[in-house]
Amino acid sequence: MDFLTLLQILDSTLRLATPLLLACLAGLFSERSGIFDIGLEGKMLIAAFFSAAIAATTGSVWIGLMAGISASVVLALLHGLASITFRGDQLISGVAINFLAAGLTVLISEDWFQQGGRTPQLSGAARFNPITLPLTDTIGAIPVIGPIYTEVLSGHTILVYLALLAVPLTWYVLFRTRFGLRLRAVGENPGAVDTAGVSVTRLRYTAVIIAGILCGLAGAYLSTGFSAGFVKEMSAGRGFIALAALIFAKWRPWQALGATLLFGLLDALGTRYQNIDILGVNLPVQFMQALPYILTVIILAGFVGKAIPPRAGGEPYVKER
Amino acid sequence: MAMQTTEGRPDAAALSTEPAIELVGISKAFGPVQANKDISIRVMPGTIHGIIGENGAGKSTLMSILYGFYKADAGEVLIRGQKTEIPNSQAAISAGIGMVFQHFKLVENFTVLENVVLGAESGARLTPSLAKARKLLVELAREYELNVNPDALIEDIGVGMQQRVEILKALYRQAEILILDEPTGVLTPAEADHLFRILKGLKEQGKTIILITHKLREIMEVTDTVSVMRRGEMTATVKTAETSPEHLAELMVGRKVLLRVDKKPATPGKTVLEVENLSVTDIDGVQRLKDVCLNVRAGEILGVAGVAGNGQSELLAALGGITAGTGHVRLNGEEIDLTGRFSDGQSRRARGISHVPEDRQRLGLIMDFMAWENTAFGYHHDPAYQKSRLLMDNDAIRADTAKKMERFDVRPPDPRLKAKSFSGGNQQKLVLAREIERNPDLLLVGQPTRGVDIGAIEFIHQQIVALRDQGKAILLVSVELDEILSLSDRIAVMFDGQIMGERLPAQTDEKELGMMMAGMLKGG
Amino acid sequence: MDTMPKWADVILIPLINLILALLVSGLVVLYIGENPIEAIGILLDGAVGSTRGWGYTLFYATNFIFTGLAVSVAFHARLFNIGGEGQAAIGGLGVALVSLSVNWPHWTVALPFAILGGAVFGAAWAAIPAYLQARRGSHIVITTIMFNFIASALLVYLLVNVLKVPGSMAPETAAFPKGAHLPNAYEVLGWFGIPFNKFAPLNIAFLLAVICCFGVWALIWRTRLGYEIRAYGHSEAAAVYAGIRPFRITMIAMLISGALAGLMGINAVMGEAERLVIDSVQGAGFVGIAVALMGRSHPLGVFLAAILFGILTQGGIELEFEIPAVSREMILVIQALVILFTGALENMVRMPVEKLFLRLKKKAG
Repeated sequence: MDFLTLLQILDSTLRLATPLLLACLAGLFSERSGIFDIGLEGKMLIAAFFSAAIAATTGSVWIGLMAGISASVVLALLHGLASITFRGDQLISGVAINFLAAGLTVLISEDWFQQGGRTPQLSGAARFNPITLPLTDTIGAIPVIGPIYTEVLSGHTILVYLALLAVPLTWYVLFRTRFGLRLRAVGENPGAVDTAGVSVTRLRYTAVIIAGILCGLAGAYLSTGFSAGFVKEMSAGRGFIALAALIFAKWRPWQALGATLLFGLLDALGTRYQNIDILGVNLPVQFMQALPYILTVIILAGFVGKAIPPRAGGEPYVKER
Repeated sequence: MAMQTTEGRPDAAALSTEPAIELVGISKAFGPVQANKDISIRVMPGTIHGIIGENGAGKSTLMSILYGFYKADAGEVLIRGQKTEIPNSQAAISAGIGMVFQHFKLVENFTVLENVVLGAESGARLTPSLAKARKLLVELAREYELNVNPDALIEDIGVGMQQRVEILKALYRQAEILILDEPTGVLTPAEADHLFRILKGLKEQGKTIILITHKLREIMEVTDTVSVMRRGEMTATVKTAETSPEHLAELMVGRKVLLRVDKKPATPGKTVLEVENLSVTDIDGVQRLKDVCLNVRAGEILGVAGVAGNGQSELLAALGGITAGTGHVRLNGEEIDLTGRFSDGQSRRARGISHVPEDRQRLGLIMDFMAWENTAFGYHHDPAYQKSRLLMDNDAIRADTAKKMERFDVRPPDPRLKAKSFSGGNQQKLVLAREIERNPDLLLVGQPTRGVDIGAIEFIHQQIVALRDQGKAILLVSVELDEILSLSDRIAVMFDGQIMGERLPAQTDEKELGMMMAGMLKGG
Repeated sequence: MDTMPKWADVILIPLINLILALLVSGLVVLYIGENPIEAIGILLDGAVGSTRGWGYTLFYATNFIFTGLAVSVAFHARLFNIGGEGQAAIGGLGVALVSLSVNWPHWTVALPFAILGGAVFGAAWAAIPAYLQARRGSHIVITTIMFNFIASALLVYLLVNVLKVPGSMAPETAAFPKGAHLPNAYEVLGWFGIPFNKFAPLNIAFLLAVICCFGVWALIWRTRLGYEIRAYGHSEAAAVYAGIRPFRITMIAMLISGALAGLMGINAVMGEAERLVIDSVQGAGFVGIAVALMGRSHPLGVFLAAILFGILTQGGIELEFEIPAVSREMILVIQALVILFTGALENMVRMPVEKLFLRLKKKAG
């Protein structure tokens, strides 16, 4: 493997990690507040569709983005309604949301575009285009660092940089603000938050809505940044990989970045090579695809560091003495 | 923040005749259950006001209304003479009410400081909030002698310390009225005494304190005024100095309490249960039971006394096959498997050990199972309950259940009713019927009358004594000293996972047992 | 005291939930600009209007009975097995391997071995998440989701690299030998002189599904094991007190669950495709969740709910044929709404209904 190939792989790693990272942070907010979210996939999918569909019809990717985020937030609110207001099973609600998105996106795209569950191809202002970072010429001349800067870091869409920025932001919000303190508390012991005079319901709804927005960004990136249009089932299990990354990261923002980059790398390798030789062992591409899931199971099994979810996770809050 | 409250307040409180808090005609029903009926009460400022009543008398419901957890169906709350709506905890806090719940409301993996600050931050940014709170917390701690390490994690400190954090939380929020719900349930007598000193100190600083408890001793020791609740109603409010424990007890239960159980002297036979160096370590690696040695003979009740959480539950769990242990346990001279293949509850039952668990709703019954299904619970391998090698004989179980329900006067006597549909006393009778009717060699029984009405208490006590008189061995665990003293033929006291010593009921009293329960007295 | 009569709990509430789900689906159809009443007419006609329709409807229902029962058995032990999809896929592999291993003389000989193959493979795929849940406390919902993806990758690998017919491009196994052919409804009913559509995929596996319904009923409500599973499902702490071992129950419940999901291969792989293709399950594992929720984990309920979803699936395909604007993904939406209303939003319907009955009771009393 030469240097240029390595750069290309790292470049696509970043591309592939971005939706995972955004969805993973979405899950982080939701689950830190005590609401399990296996509906990341569905929210991403519906956002991907609406972003592309509205971008195609209006010609503006920004309006498309707003539409995508709105759609994702609507599903997030549905999840909130089921799991916060009506104290339903959060896992079942997540399952339902995934199916709802899978069905609605195809149904509506058929109705709107009649292209077999696709939206029209996006181009120009209707999609996010690559941004060249400043000083590429100057920095690009430096050996090693230069090519990394120009080939790997530069030339992505704004959403990629937004996703990277979301990591320190999430860290700050979670550990350095009042909201973050309350959010972490409500996922551990909602009773403590309630008796301290803070509304559990409001906190959890806020968290769920933030998750909706981040999933919206992830979905919009898929159909308007990563690809140029929506195709049926385009989230392709990324919501679940994000969930896996969240567990892998033990619900922490910086670790989430690490985990999603790792899973992005696996994806990049799998896309590029049909088989990979490691120490004489031939690994088929399907193994690379399954690796994130296998790693997550190993982490969950607690053989390599135990992943302990927020203590009140999955349980609807009922006031009690 | 909280500083201005201390200056000049005691005098003002002494002069004031306006109640700090007044409830007028509060009623609250949960479905068909009337938890509070037309309750009125006046709490004067700068006093400690006790509210006493049996479990389920409605004390906690009343306080939850005051803290904005439930909305009263009728009635109003006046704070310092002002009519106040309390729709949520936020409103209660603003009104100057602080609450220390029976089960602490603390975030386990937060520090003391973070727990105190939570919900009362001074701004959107956390760092300045924490810095400010730290200073105030140190001051508060010094002022009220509530020393805690602000940076300790809650999960690393003991219950006594956690309770102080709860009190500090309330003080940090400038609470003028402090409500404590059964605060001593998890404390040793020494810790409880410390708590009372703190409460008296707070009173001297002008705070108003409401103490909810079912323990007469605490009321007599620390309160100025006491209100008695019974079955959702407030039956009396009296000055503590002008009443007696006997009088209060009578007010609580509505009639003279039968403190001594009628029973003949025991005629103990051979040793049935021998426990030798039994130790139990929990999943967190904490040793809960330390080299416990005891024995129970046939025709004898051994009472195990102790403050809740000192290893009694673990003792029952280890003997009943719920948790594993180390050491030796022999039943009728034969070794019992404590860790291996035959250490489960099934094997214990097969050996003739029956177990009435401490928490019947969590362990003893499946609340969604019908009475007949619960009667088979733990005995579902009984050949009499089988139709064939694979199938159970549900008709036979129902018939058997009907018989047992009749013998133990379970009402209503309908085997098809779900366990959750019965009252606490009848649920307990259902469990007792199942376990006692098995004619065990050894009966383990924990908190037999917790949450049980007076009428059923007598019946349950009689059944336990009757089993003893049939020559069975009984190990009784109870946190109610009265119950231990009146039922036991011998008393073992537990403290911190160890047996502190044994006493004969006739040769000891509550005072001596209390010292042993606190770990201050040890011996033979 | 129960707040509601049993019939309200078992029939009324699921019915209201179903009506709500269909109502919202009707609104979706309306939004697309089609007539929902007409759509329902086409759907019903396509699903049950002919023996061909019935042949497909009951074929799909057979799949859903297996996966629905799988989810139900796990539910009774309070385990949420989302892994039906993967377990059914691996079960299908087991069925295929058995069918291809020997040149079977007759289906009556092949079937018992294929049943064994499907059940063992399905159970094996459930065994690892079950073990991790029971011994390491790993959340079974997450691990079974992961195992769905791992199963799918494994199958693709096997079909592309190992089991593919040499020289063929299609990632599928060779066709099963003649002796492994299961009689379909046309043949079976033909023995009794009853005419039936010749090409509908309904086959003898339907009877196996019905037997499984009865078997699960007997297991859950008539055997000691079922008693222990239910007790454990209601309260783990109480179960331990009674001497029921959580590890044993978790393992057994999940193995039975996985085996039932695996049996779906008898219907889809052996009964219809007669070879193993990529994605033989086609989401039936997930439909099983809706079916189990709707059927309240009772085999009779599961049976009825499975037929309902069979009708929706078959009718949905016909509907797409007649009105292309309403694609077959409509069934996904209905399925999602059923899961939502009967599962996640259950209290939305239950609480008002309970209140209503409480008020009626007060009036009467």
